[in-house]
Amino acid sequence: MQTIDYDAPAVAVESRDTAAAADGLLKYLVAGILFGIVLTKSEVISWFRIQEMFRFQSFHMYGIIGSAVIVAAISVFLIKRRHARTFGGETISIPPKQLGKGYRYWIGGTIFGLGWALTGACPGPIFALIGNGVLVMLVALVAALAGTWTYSYLRPRLPH
Amino acid sequence: MMEFLSQPWPWYVAGPIIGLVVPALLLLGNRQFGVSENLRHMCAATLPGNVEFLKYDWKKAGTWNLTFIAGTVIGGFIAYTLLYNPDPIAISEATRSDLAALGISDFNGLVPSQVFSWSGLATVPGLIMIIAGGFLVGFGTRYAGGCTSGHAISGLADLQLPSLIAVLGFFAGGLIATYFILPLLL
Repeated sequence: MQTIDYDAPAVAVESRDTAAAADGLLKYLVAGILFGIVLTKSEVISWFRIQEMFRFQSFHMYGIIGSAVIVAAISVFLIKRRHARTFGGETISIPPKQLGKGYRYWIGGTIFGLGWALTGACPGPIFALIGNGVLVMLVALVAALAGTWTYSYLRPRLPH
Repeated sequence: MMEFLSQPWPWYVAGPIIGLVVPALLLLGNRQFGVSENLRHMCAATLPGNVEFLKYDWKKAGTWNLTFIAGTVIGGFIAYTLLYNPDPIAISEATRSDLAALGISDFNGLVPSQVFSWSGLATVPGLIMIIAGGFLVGFGTRYAGGCTSGHAISGLADLQLPSLIAVLGFFAGGLIATYFILPLLL
């Protein structure tokens, strides 16, 4: 059976020498640090806040996700509209997600949602919580890796 | 200033900053914001086995993202050490009483310590919420092709229908767990 790689990781075409590569990574480290601080200080990484969201008892999480989507959407619109390039001069391309039969999105999404409410953490917050000294989330991380591995193994047999 | 930053940040400050991660990564190097890809990269790096989906050049595809997520751990640590908020979490009174009715008594810190601690891990609720929950997060996110960052933020921002379906699934699963599973566990 022909398997289609629906989501092959995007690999940058150009090759970079090591010095430039290290320099190039620093900016992602800084972006990640800011992301970790914002996730913590907005309490998005809190199991309590996730419960509050799924019980529809506060606008907080909806406000965060909603305003993040709006800001990101306007940014993406402007980037596409102006055919903006990266600071390094590369073309910016945003690959569309393949709908296919769509099974993967609602089945996988629902499975993810179950885990999200149980752990109170999606992948970003798992990492931020570890930084916050909630070291038992290392166990959640290993469990999430086991889940990812299991999906990878079963992938050819699952409906997508 | 530090005192101000130590308060919980309101949604209208945090949300737009999180949203700006999307264009920042695009402009910095044509990268798509998606945290859960890192779980795949970590599997590919440590235990690819004979699994087709894990046989790819993870260093080339994922070094930037693994660096980003290492930053997220550091960011969490900085917030915890320099911007620590000692007050109990300011969730709504309704949530507080719902959770208290389920048996949650400690509202200090970001997570309920009776579940999310080493001693909590040794209990049945802790075991299920941490290990089974973590497993479902890892399985579901890769099956769905993204998590909250990849679908709910990047995907919705790019008006992608698959992401909308995935996000509806996230909520369906979350509501099932909140209303039907957690009451049995706690």
